[in-house]
Amino acid sequence: MGTLELSLLLWVGSLAAGLLGSLTGLGGGVVIVPLLTLAFGVDIRYAIGASLISVIATSSGAAAAYVREGYSNIRVGMFLEIATTLGALAGAFIAVYLHGHWIAVVFGVVLIYSAYISFAARADRESADATDRIATFLRMDSTYPSGGGMKAYHVRGVPGGFGLMFVAGLLSGILGIGSGAVKVLAMDRIMRLPFKVSTTTSNFMIGVTAAASAGIYLDRGYVDPGLAMPVVLGVLLGSLAGSRILSGARTRVLRLVFAIVIGSLAVEMIYNGITGRI
Amino acid sequence: MVGAVNQKELDKRAEIVIGILLRTGVLVSAAVVLFGGVLYLIDSGAQHPDYRAFRGEPATLRQISQIFRSALAGDPAGIIQCGLLILVATPVARVIFSVWAFLRERDWMYVSVTLLVLALLLYGLLAAHS
Repeated sequence: MGTLELSLLLWVGSLAAGLLGSLTGLGGGVVIVPLLTLAFGVDIRYAIGASLISVIATSSGAAAAYVREGYSNIRVGMFLEIATTLGALAGAFIAVYLHGHWIAVVFGVVLIYSAYISFAARADRESADATDRIATFLRMDSTYPSGGGMKAYHVRGVPGGFGLMFVAGLLSGILGIGSGAVKVLAMDRIMRLPFKVSTTTSNFMIGVTAAASAGIYLDRGYVDPGLAMPVVLGVLLGSLAGSRILSGARTRVLRLVFAIVIGSLAVEMIYNGITGRI
Repeated sequence: MVGAVNQKELDKRAEIVIGILLRTGVLVSAAVVLFGGVLYLIDSGAQHPDYRAFRGEPATLRQISQIFRSALAGDPAGIIQCGLLILVATPVARVIFSVWAFLRERDWMYVSVTLLVLALLLYGLLAAHS
């Protein structure tokens, strides 16, 4: 296949990935690596390099829209970025010593988890009503827009959230994804932030996490311009279009379709990893 | 330290600037990547690239100083890579701006937190070479 045809196909595929990722809230990054390795036969290192860069694009693009709405908690985000950047650096270093087979298997497991978490209940649980010593010291308690006005919330579980964020960064550095699902888990379940605050703060953090390992990937020659160009442009346009459509779209069916797609990609990644085809 | 209301107000203004910063970074980067991409396709659109085997990129497309050099020399792949570097620099610029925003609030704890994040980022970008 010639460069022109390949670039066009990659662009269309990435556009679809960005659109679905944005509509379902899972992010386009999780499907870029399976798309490139399974459908286009790209080496997993090139695939991870292109994916990581496109993750920065979607995170920054979406965060630009979210920060204005006043949901994201800058202090929580910045404090936890210590953990995610440390994890991302460690992950990028470990990735060299991991064989492609193993990376494919780990990737499949994370995909299954992401598909599952996108279905888990999204109801806002009551935020902690008592103040937490560490969270108070770190001035993390804040407010968010809710119904009539600003609603105050308390943060808790800072050490647990911090630890899980290190894991999120580690996965991001090894797999070239945003690890949004793990980040939301840390903030929503452990630190008890309101759901919308968790998702927007997570999105805000993804770019910084990915930038930490991007330099190492670039230095190792994982980032191919010919491959990254159509992928980044496709994912970016797709996710921007997705965020425009989002208000009013019925996402329940869409999320089901995407979860099935991700589930089957996961099985294929694990199978190919175990049989040594990746 | 400034009062809670004042802190919220400053936070709000910082968030607006961060939003503009992120959007500008992404748009400039996408424009540079698109420009380089068009040149790249004109140049080598008929070639048959093979991404099945990993060879790694040449030094001209790996090291920051060399990427700028090949971009300025008009190499399409170098221009794309330069656009990708701008993308990677966008969150870094966001963190640098946050240092300044916390400094204005005289929030020394978060100035330190943000400086630590910045140091880790710069380490990954500049120091962690093989």
